[in-house]
Amino acid sequence: MSPSNSPLLAVSGLHKAFGANQVLKGIDFTVHSGEVLALIGPSGSGKTTALRCLNGLEIADAGSVGFAGGPEVSFSPGMKPKSAQILRNRSAMVFQGHHLFPHLTVLQNVSIGPIEVQKRPKDQVLAEAKKLLARVGLEAKADAYPNSLSGGQQQRVGIVRALMQQPDLLLFDEPTSALDPELVGEVLTVIKELAQEGWSMVLVTHELAFARDVADTVVFMDGGVVVESGPAAQVLGAPANPRTRSFVQRLLHPF
Amino acid sequence: MDPKWQLFLDSLGPLALGAITATIPLALISMALGLVIALLMALMRISKNRVVSSIARIYISIIRGTPLLVQLFVIFYGMPSVGLVIDPWPSAIIAFSLNIGGYAAEIIRAAILSVPQGQWEAGYTLGMSRTRTLYRLILPQATRVAVPPLSNSFISLVKDTSLASTILVTEMFRKAQEITASTYEFLLLYCEAAAIYWVICLVLSALQNSVEGRLEKYVAK
Repeated sequence: MSPSNSPLLAVSGLHKAFGANQVLKGIDFTVHSGEVLALIGPSGSGKTTALRCLNGLEIADAGSVGFAGGPEVSFSPGMKPKSAQILRNRSAMVFQGHHLFPHLTVLQNVSIGPIEVQKRPKDQVLAEAKKLLARVGLEAKADAYPNSLSGGQQQRVGIVRALMQQPDLLLFDEPTSALDPELVGEVLTVIKELAQEGWSMVLVTHELAFARDVADTVVFMDGGVVVESGPAAQVLGAPANPRTRSFVQRLLHPF
Repeated sequence: MDPKWQLFLDSLGPLALGAITATIPLALISMALGLVIALLMALMRISKNRVVSSIARIYISIIRGTPLLVQLFVIFYGMPSVGLVIDPWPSAIIAFSLNIGGYAAEIIRAAILSVPQGQWEAGYTLGMSRTRTLYRLILPQATRVAVPPLSNSFISLVKDTSLASTILVTEMFRKAQEITASTYEFLLLYCEAAAIYWVICLVLSALQNSVEGRLEKYVAK
């Protein structure tokens, strides 16, 4: 990847507290077009909260999230959740628990947004949906309901649903954490292919080996701050900060 | 033929007519209007606006805290005192609708809250508004949860329409009373009316099962 100078996404000074619990204490990072950024860190480090702020699912108390060419959202306390909705025009989210709609078929799940919200022509959307489902090996499941699929298949549908939004940035919130170990691979394979195709993404993950493999940049968060960030090989291979080092060692070499 | 048996057969026609022309339409219309009120109250109740949710909370509390018979009497016999004379039929529909509205509001509220928060969030990330998320994603799932308790409410309502006899609506039970006035066959007529209520409720239970079956199609076996 050769990141251009002006970043696709600029995150600066994100602060967020839940009651007395200060979860984010000033988070800054940028994502360039085509870059894969992995957000790693221990549980409770605030990485998922940071990711949710990028999509306006969480309203930060302070700081800003801006996309190249707009929109840019500056957060303030008591701000209306509506004001952050415009961020959703540029990014799409894949959830840890997939959150597919159980009352809709796979095909309906991935096409409801483009048809009903983006108002794209139905034939075109359905054709694209079938193509993308075929890409992740699920063309035969188009008319099935999500609950009849395996966890790995559900998450692949979740990824297709996000792709169908035609976003500039894909957000993944621990996409494999809720899966049985033998199903993790099929989902990571899809994400890796997307990365190789040049999709820009922010990936919250515990799969450090995977992050080392696909991420260009790794941001290590702990206690609501960015402890260390830089090229994946450097942060995961030769961490400078002792907290990063102990975390990386624990996850890459658990025994 | 035994005269009691003859009376039973002769009464079937008028009682069935009462059921078809009054009991059933009264229940259907009141249920439909009541569900509209209930959905509105349920949405108000889960609103983050304190004033709005308090209004719904008070409404539900009053409806559930007072007898249906008293509500009927207040509307039909009470309102004329403030210059508002309402005919028996509209009075009954108003009272039953408001009553169902209060009870079903809590059922619908619970059903909406039973849909995981992630479903709302998934709708939002697709760019959906709160309203569209509610109608396209949340309510269809909430319906599956709400159908059994709402069926319960509807079955109760069918039987509660007999209270309309006290405000001069000639529904099935009042028909039965009218026949006893000339025949004095209380046990026979009241049991006959009870049997017809029971048959109606059996049909409704069967309908409930079929609706539930249809809504289960997306649930993993």
